[in-house]
Amino acid sequence: MTESEGSDPEQTVDSVAVQNSPEFAALRRALRRFVFPATVAFLAWYALYVLLSTYAVGFMSIQVLGHINVALIFGVLQFVSTFLLAWAYSRYADRHLDPKAEAIRERVTSSTNPEETP
Amino acid sequence: MNLFAQGVDSTSRGWTLGLFLLLVVATLAITAYAGTKTRSAKDFYAGGRSFTGFQNGMAIGGDYMSAASFLGIAGIIALSGYDGFLYSIGFLVAWLVALLLVAELLRNSGKYTMADVLAFRMRQRPVRTAASVSTVTVSIFYLLAQMVGAGSLVALLLGIGEADTFLGMSAATAKALTVVLVGLLMITYVVIGGMKGTTYVQIVKAVLLLVGTAVMTVLVMWAFKFNLSDLLGTAASESGHGEAFLTSGLKYGTEIPGDVWQTTVNKLDLLSLGLALVLGTAGLPHILIRFYTVPTAKAARKSVLWAIGIIGAFYLMTLALGFGAAALVGSEAILEQDPAGNVAAPLLAKELGEQFFGGDTGGAIMLALIAAVAFATILAVVAGLTLASSSSLAHDLYANVFRHGKPSNERQEVVVARFAALVIGAVAIVLAIFAQNLNVAFLVALAFAVAASGNLPAILYSLFWKRFNTAGATWSIYGGLSSAVLLVVFSPVLSGAETSMFPGVDFAFFPLSNPGLVSIPIGFLCGWLGTILSKEPPDAEKYAELEVRSLTGIGAH
Repeated sequence: MTESEGSDPEQTVDSVAVQNSPEFAALRRALRRFVFPATVAFLAWYALYVLLSTYAVGFMSIQVLGHINVALIFGVLQFVSTFLLAWAYSRYADRHLDPKAEAIRERVTSSTNPEETP
Repeated sequence: MNLFAQGVDSTSRGWTLGLFLLLVVATLAITAYAGTKTRSAKDFYAGGRSFTGFQNGMAIGGDYMSAASFLGIAGIIALSGYDGFLYSIGFLVAWLVALLLVAELLRNSGKYTMADVLAFRMRQRPVRTAASVSTVTVSIFYLLAQMVGAGSLVALLLGIGEADTFLGMSAATAKALTVVLVGLLMITYVVIGGMKGTTYVQIVKAVLLLVGTAVMTVLVMWAFKFNLSDLLGTAASESGHGEAFLTSGLKYGTEIPGDVWQTTVNKLDLLSLGLALVLGTAGLPHILIRFYTVPTAKAARKSVLWAIGIIGAFYLMTLALGFGAAALVGSEAILEQDPAGNVAAPLLAKELGEQFFGGDTGGAIMLALIAAVAFATILAVVAGLTLASSSSLAHDLYANVFRHGKPSNERQEVVVARFAALVIGAVAIVLAIFAQNLNVAFLVALAFAVAASGNLPAILYSLFWKRFNTAGATWSIYGGLSSAVLLVVFSPVLSGAETSMFPGVDFAFFPLSNPGLVSIPIGFLCGWLGTILSKEPPDAEKYAELEVRSLTGIGAH
């Protein structure tokens, strides 16, 4: 491995053991449980918007409030959904991903460098 | 030789030149300061990983919001209405791919370049070579579009028409000189300031751009007493298109009555563009290397959150600028100055200045301010692109391919990176001067298509697919890259139509101008085929190391 400098602590970490641990499986599951469905959802929502803009121009030009039409509202909703999903992910990561990753990190580094544990 | 020979434009031109000069001096001072703080390879490539999430979020905004999106999108909206908004939405939603699937994992597992992640568990030489080829290709396309744009833009902002002379130079000479100056500036930022200098320039630009667009947005809304419907209605009637101006179809996905084939092609082209926009961002090397400038994955996440807020706010405001320009300036006045519509935002600034800040002088000053913002926008983006390509040439090609990854002196690597920035910059200057009279605006969309077709499949497979191997990585990069480029070469973009780059000849057989709809699936397919067809067994231990590192940050640089 050309990347690591010799002094990196990971040289002594048994990655396969960490990867096989139940804690790591839980972290991976927690990450994938959020990001995969969320990705599918926002891509589908975006695809719906692009498809409507392409093939349903009549529907998109229906005026809702004065000159404000469905197309504009739909477009702004894409902004809103992007902001909301970003916020939701950040909350989820703070609560469910960071603590799990932190715990694994603590466990691994304290077992490889016992003298450095506080 | 009188700067002020042009009557009405003279005040504005004086202000514009003065502000340009101020900007150049300020950014060079920042660069010199950053240069004194740049000692190690980590400083040069990754800004010492010492930026905060907020700072990096601003810098990402500065790196991403190009002149094409500031002037270009405002221009498209001003002339073609709602279609410009489609661009903005694709550019913004794309950040969710980066946030959810790429930013944090990449930050943990890589070091300086995109290839660090792609080559992590593969054979170094073939994968790093492929990643470097793709990085340089994407960056040069993007760079060329920006620099050719810069030449015409500065001429436009200084009010130099085709037949005018400026300080004794013809318009063509003035444009070429601008390209050279922009090129020299970006080389200086990168060679001296490295990632730190580039980041500071990008932060300054992001602040200027946000303040500039915010002021204009408030003034536009003020002019319509904060009645959005009124603004839209006036824009629609002034545009001459009526209510059709407020939905898609004038520029993209246009229906041609009686021509089913062309209508289908136009609609597929719009879908193709939308796909490349949303999947391209997370594969742009100059964006990816920004995630290395923060200390942790959590900070990388915070950067993307800030970036989404900043970029989203900006694109919402371009809506007001575009429709505002259509309503207050009118498409005739815009078209008279520039058929591509890039002057819409500057002309709107002038109009707003005249309306709100006391006549001609107010207009001239507002115009000069927005011109300076546009100039800063160009500088920050080209610097980021130059840095990304020179980093890849030095860290991937030189250190890991030519030197076989022998423990080379990182100090030496930085010398190579600085030299590479010089070479990339020089090549870009020469190409941009030759391309000066060609229509190269399509290169930005092509850069996104290549990033989505070649880089993104390789990144996602690397991070999430255990079986992925060296052949898969090189196949997906080369397959996606070449299919995107070849499809554009054989599309109406290059030949066979009046609007083509070479209208005189016709070797086009692919009907769409945007290759993404075909080339992105090809990229993913190639990565899968390359993997399952090769006999190379996946390296389970390296995958364990990559997965553990990317998810937990254990052993991250």
